[in-house]
Amino acid sequence: MTSLPEAPAAPRLLKAPTGIQGLDQITGGGLPQGRSTLVTGGTGTGKTLLGLQFLVTGAREYGQPGVLVSFEESAEKVAADVASLGFDLDALQRDGLLVIVAFQVEAAEIVETGEFDFGPLSLLLDDAIKRIGAKRVVLDSVEVLFGAFKARAIVRAELGTLFGWLAGRGVTAIVTGERGADGTMTRHGMEEYVSDCVIALDHRVHDGVATRWLQVVKYRGSTHETNEYPFLISVHGFEVLPVTAVSLDYSASSERLSTGVPRLDRMLSGGLYRGSTALVSGTPGTGKTTLGAHLIDAACARGERAVLVLFEESPDEALRNMRSVGLDLGRWVETGLLRIWAARPSAFGLETYLTILARLMDEHRPAVAVLDGINSLAEQPTRAEMVSMVARQVHLLKARGITALATTLALEVESSGAGVSSLMDTWLLLRNVESNGERNRLLFVLKSRGTAHSNQVREFVLTDHGVELVDVYVGPGGVMTGSARVMQQAREHSERLEHQEELIRHKRELRGNIAQKQAQIVMLQEELEAQQAELERTAGYEERLAADAQAARAALASQRQADPAGSNDGA
Amino acid sequence: MTERSDHPAEKPGGSADEARPAVPAGERWELRLYVIGHSPASVRAIANLERVCVHWLPGRYHIEVVDLLQNPRLAAEDQIVAVPTVVRKHPQPTRKIVGDLTDTERLLIGMQLRSEPARRTGQADWRE
Repeated sequence: MTSLPEAPAAPRLLKAPTGIQGLDQITGGGLPQGRSTLVTGGTGTGKTLLGLQFLVTGAREYGQPGVLVSFEESAEKVAADVASLGFDLDALQRDGLLVIVAFQVEAAEIVETGEFDFGPLSLLLDDAIKRIGAKRVVLDSVEVLFGAFKARAIVRAELGTLFGWLAGRGVTAIVTGERGADGTMTRHGMEEYVSDCVIALDHRVHDGVATRWLQVVKYRGSTHETNEYPFLISVHGFEVLPVTAVSLDYSASSERLSTGVPRLDRMLSGGLYRGSTALVSGTPGTGKTTLGAHLIDAACARGERAVLVLFEESPDEALRNMRSVGLDLGRWVETGLLRIWAARPSAFGLETYLTILARLMDEHRPAVAVLDGINSLAEQPTRAEMVSMVARQVHLLKARGITALATTLALEVESSGAGVSSLMDTWLLLRNVESNGERNRLLFVLKSRGTAHSNQVREFVLTDHGVELVDVYVGPGGVMTGSARVMQQAREHSERLEHQEELIRHKRELRGNIAQKQAQIVMLQEELEAQQAELERTAGYEERLAADAQAARAALASQRQADPAGSNDGA
Repeated sequence: MTERSDHPAEKPGGSADEARPAVPAGERWELRLYVIGHSPASVRAIANLERVCVHWLPGRYHIEVVDLLQNPRLAAEDQIVAVPTVVRKHPQPTRKIVGDLTDTERLLIGMQLRSEPARRTGQADWRE
């Protein structure tokens, strides 16, 4: 029938990125392209904002203009509401990248008589699609139509037609719906029409701390994460912070950053990676804060900016306490390099806390951030909540390339951060050991990603010039610290002294022996020489004797006048 | 369909006296009817509106039919979500009646040519 070969059915589902990083991670790339997604949730859960971010991202980053049909607010109000998030809807409309259509339908002013249809909606959408080439559509929220019109059957049938029409136009749509009071997905059963992808938003308060949650309930034809994820509405718009994928998308620096404690740097093969996150856990009074203060001090000394967030102390208290161990952070506050914020999340809610934290990071742009006492973020948080809270902060900091150190109280090793620690690149444990009637501190490097870190335990000593790490003694009775270590050191010192003396003694003895032997050699030499002289003298005497004897014989012969030879007849 | 044919036959004679005083004499009615193309519903709505006006507002009405196909953006400007829709521009206040106008009773109430059924007996009499 047709001469052109039909394009084969798309084997893989194309996706339209929302520009909300976490959400695109959870859904493996975005919303189903060319289909409709239902975003449902209670009032004020962020449905409209999600839709707008989807449109703005499409228009600005993917060349996909969009249409917003708002049934709840005027175009001016929508634009004003999101202006604080940096969305300039007026500019987008001027640039032909966005069309906003607002309907205010009041049930009170409409009288129905007989059949009707929502033809004007598809006409308007069709007009916008033709005019600006719209590829994305947000209907927020069509459920208002159920309230405005009494003929439910007609509204349902008409919406079914509208969604079918949208699907036929190949536009990617977000349809928002209000969650039903009786726990149903939407008040008017919208999920029957829009069933390719369903995202649920929620806003819950736990222990006075409000948290926003997002869940991909359904995604036909695609794998997706099914957990509920916390999200945040900040100056960056909609930020979803998936726990499981939190560390996947950050650029990794190989630059090392000093912790400010030289021996700790050596244990970590040079320090913390820039942009990484470290957790310091430990029992009360183990020096966690001091370790954080060192990191800040080192950063400021390099001329870098830093932020210190305190959950348990006031800035004045912290400065005074750090001065007592020789760390003057006050000077960095004065030069403006260091900002200290005493956060009270339990007072104003975790959501607000995270928003302020994000704003603080964006304003001050620190290289290093220390969060001191993150266990105080909430009263008795459950493990899952704790993990998600920390994950959201880690995400905030990592996304901004900030090297962070968080300290947390832990009464036991196991409870210190199971779950939380997996979000961290480096985990240092500070532990008190009690022996010989005293408590001493030990530092362990439990993990440090991408680092050949030391497996050694170090004693952690707080001096009047900060932290010092000292080797511990590992003996048959275990690790020795504090005075036991000092005694051991003294004992070893004296043993060393004794040994040295012994050696000196031995050397002296040997030297004496040598001198003696040398003296003997000299004596023997002299003796030898004397005897040689004697020998020579004796030989001379012998010669002289022989000569004398010959002379005497000759004289006697001449006296007898004997014939010289054979004259023995007459004698 | 049966409803539509029944009402006009019954209504004019019986209920005329009650409702007429709600329409101030001499005032000209400006009505705008929004439709899309020549769908059956559009055609029905135009016919129904004409019939009611001829009977209730003889010589004192003007109907403007707006086809949104010609200018879709008018739907946004005039806040028309559904068609057919009749807007009473004058007299004020503005009234909107949505549907093919087959239910004449509802149309009369919507245009305030007749008060709500529940209040009709008591209040209409008392006001006069």
